[in-house]
Amino acid sequence: MPRILKIEVLAPKVRRYVVEAPKIARKRKAGQFVLVCATPTGERIPLTISNADPEAGTINLIVQEVGKTTIEMAALKEGDELTDVVGPLGQPTHIAKVGRVVCVGGGIGIAPLFPIIDAMKQAGNDVTVVLGARNEELLILEDEVRALGVELVICTDDGSKGRKGFVTDVLKEMIAQGPPINEVVTIGPAIMMKFVCEVTRPHAISTLVSLNPIMVDGTGMCGGCRVQVGNEAKFACVDGPEFDGHLVDFDLLMRRQQMYKQQEREALERYEADHTCHLEGV
Amino acid sequence: MSDKKLPPKMTPKEKMATPRQPMREQEPLVRARNFQEVPFGYDEEQAIVEASRCLACGKPKCMEGCPVGNDIPRFLSHIAEGDFAAAARTMKETNLLPAICGRVCPQESQCENMCIIGKKGEPIAIGRLERFIGDWERESGATEVPECAAPTGRAVAIIGSGPAGLACAAELARAGHRVVVYEALQKPGGVLRYGIPEFRLPKAIVDAEIELVEKMGVEIRCNEIIGMTDTIDELLDEEGFDAVFVATGAGLPWFLGIPGENALGVYSANEFLTRINLMGAYRFPEYDTPIQKLKVAATIGGGNVAMDAARTALRVGAERSLIIYRRSREELPAREEEIHHAEQEGVEFHFLTNPLELLADEKTGWLRALKCQRMELGEPDASGRRRPIPVEGSEYEIPLNTAIIAIGNAPNPLIPRTTPDLEVTKRGQVTIDQETMRTSKRGVFAGGDIVRGAATVILAMGDGRRAAAHINEFLANGEW
Ligand SMILES: Cc1cc2nc3c(=O)[nH]c(=O)nc-3n(C[C@H](O)[C@H](O)[C@H](O)COP(=O)(O)OP(=O)(O)OC[C@H]3O[C@@H](n4cnc5c(N)ncnc54)[C@H](O)[C@@H]3O)c2cc1C
Ligand SMILES: Cc1cc2nc3c(=O)[nH]c(=O)nc-3n(C[C@H](O)[C@H](O)[C@H](O)COP(=O)(O)OP(=O)(O)OC[C@H]3O[C@@H](n4cnc5c(N)ncnc54)[C@H](O)[C@@H]3O)c2cc1C
Ligand code: SF4
Ligand code: SF4
Ligand code: FES
Repeated sequence: MPRILKIEVLAPKVRRYVVEAPKIARKRKAGQFVLVCATPTGERIPLTISNADPEAGTINLIVQEVGKTTIEMAALKEGDELTDVVGPLGQPTHIAKVGRVVCVGGGIGIAPLFPIIDAMKQAGNDVTVVLGARNEELLILEDEVRALGVELVICTDDGSKGRKGFVTDVLKEMIAQGPPINEVVTIGPAIMMKFVCEVTRPHAISTLVSLNPIMVDGTGMCGGCRVQVGNEAKFACVDGPEFDGHLVDFDLLMRRQQMYKQQEREALERYEADHTCHLEGV
Repeated sequence: MSDKKLPPKMTPKEKMATPRQPMREQEPLVRARNFQEVPFGYDEEQAIVEASRCLACGKPKCMEGCPVGNDIPRFLSHIAEGDFAAAARTMKETNLLPAICGRVCPQESQCENMCIIGKKGEPIAIGRLERFIGDWERESGATEVPECAAPTGRAVAIIGSGPAGLACAAELARAGHRVVVYEALQKPGGVLRYGIPEFRLPKAIVDAEIELVEKMGVEIRCNEIIGMTDTIDELLDEEGFDAVFVATGAGLPWFLGIPGENALGVYSANEFLTRINLMGAYRFPEYDTPIQKLKVAATIGGGNVAMDAARTALRVGAERSLIIYRRSREELPAREEEIHHAEQEGVEFHFLTNPLELLADEKTGWLRALKCQRMELGEPDASGRRRPIPVEGSEYEIPLNTAIIAIGNAPNPLIPRTTPDLEVTKRGQVTIDQETMRTSKRGVFAGGDIVRGAATVILAMGDGRRAAAHINEFLANGEW
């Protein structure tokens, strides 16, 4: 079973896991993800491979605690094993030299954006990165992104770090000021990606988004991850997760992400109840 | 096996006069709310009586009806003599999975349909006896691990652990090759695991069959998706395999293409059944994978998959479970037994009903109704079935909160997509030479649903065995 070699806390409720997965480490390309099952009775959840070391045979996963499974993962320690890790899954990002590329990341979306920034830069593009977070504490990977040698603009909702405001404000200015942008890549909460697309649409700037619907098998077998792209229903796990943002129905995506809200809450409450009991017992 | 009380030998006339032995079942309204198996199976006495009815025909018609050519009369005669071990051995010459095939084979259109006794009375219950023998062998601990030849030093990779892959793996292990089965999901078995529900095929049986294959030395690697984790080319060129058998099944669900299919509460049958069977959603919150709370669930389609989904819906708590089908009862493609069980359990059938649109609540996005249209039967079409035609102005709405789309599956495109020199048909099925089961790519064979489109367990298993024979030949002489 895949062993966790290292765990680092990057921000409150955000951890980086270095996981032993030699084959995946060799194979994976920017934009791909894995399905992780943390415990034998657990749910399989998709997580982007934020980086990998083919020599050491490890992949990095950056995970935000949002519910039962991710909280359960947070309780794991270095040396513990995950029940299974499958991948790499999904289509790799189409990386090409197109000229000026702006990468816009928000919240935990900065993790999956990281390998794309890296690959875009290596392909010889002029890359500008805009990272947004609610506040300074929640901003992740700043140093790593900076180390790639790209132009970096940071903004926070409360102004505790970088500019005060939204990533879309920064993007609007960049478009107005020039030089012209050939491609925008954006990953973050669905609502953020939706607004980024609204900013680029009038200027017809090609905009790539990475979608995160609820997944089950990750092989195209269940159709649970379907998203509406233009006139077609696409399976994000095999056809995506990246799509032309101008064609994506974000409202539908956001709704479908909420489908199990009630059960998720129930699972979490039970988990927390169990854990407080254990603590009281000590 | 003389300790069994054998009935006196019957004359042909007595045989014809003896009725087909019934099989006890859980009460419909009880079982509709649990996941335990529906029929209880024969006891020894019933099995012996039933098998004794066989006329031991010189030219047994029943065998013509079995896609793998099981030696049915010999099998039945061993049971009639009370020699269950010999019966098990006979069956396993051609069918490795009797406990499974006895449960899920469409016997009424295969072996039993051809049985000569069926012309006048009720055919021999071949399937039930097959199930009996499979269960007897497992439960009495008599299962023999087939002997394997000395290692040949050759290695074969099998992609997919459904019945086609498992049957092929067992045969190749028997021939002494090193066999590795790659499975994308976290547990092996294919549709036997994630599709066919517990109440029709208990997973303990699937586990036991798989354990046996492993005992023969086959290595099963779950969580490896060929095409992603490794490609076929890498298996052949880098991982040291001499041949590959593609048995990836027909796992790509079709949707209807009507408005509203992305609403909350609409599932493919694959997703619905996978969440419940494989991921254990029926035991939520013990298992983490959830399923929504069902109230009124409508399953669209009329095959075995639709019956499984509609019956499962009841078991996870649906107040009402409906089946929506465009044609009439006569045209239902599902097995008669499944239809009958569904009816008994209270599944409501809406025949000659065509789904037009799934209507969602505008505020929440949740499914609230299915808009349908009534159909009537017109002239027979090319398939000989009377074509349903819409009745003008007959649109109406069925209020519901769950819809399960069960109109069929296409072959999984992952392998073809990542293996450019593997030929496929327009419909995505891997093309093979019918005689040798070879694909267009050297060293690569294919069988089961990936070749046939959605078919049956026994056909997939038969393919796996035939492919193994041809793989053996290829490994022996290296000719392509
Ligand atoms: C392609 C892809 C890549 C992703 N990459 C990352 C990543 O790098 N880091 C990260 O922290 N998160 C990532 N996610 C999101 C992550 O999968 C969810 O946060 C996680 O599944 C939540 O599970 P939970 O049990 O902790 O929370 P829950 O309480 O179960 O759910 C919280 C929310 O997470 C989403 N979610 C729940 N189950 C699933 C599921 N099976 N599949 C997808 N989403 C689900 C739902 O929208 C839900 O409302 C990614 C999602 C996708 C589809
Ligand atoms: C709900 C349902 C009910 C059914 N009921 C009956 C019945 O009563 N009687 C009957 O005879 N038939 C029935 N069938 C049909 C029968 O199950 C199939 O015909 C049979 O299972 C096909 O076997 P297979 O080995 O070809 O493929 P499958 O059983 O589909 O197995 C294929 C396996 O390959 C794996 N796989 C796919 N792609 C990859 C990859 N790239 N890498 C690694 N692994 C991969 C899949 O995860 C899967 O486990 C039913 C089918 C369904 C869905
Ligand atoms: S395998 Fe199926 S068709 Fe063949 S004898 Fe058994 S039940 Fe009949
Ligand atoms: S056709 Fe019927 S009676 Fe004849 S051998 Fe087969 S099972 Fe027995
Ligand atoms: S997760 Fe099942 S098809 Fe994408």
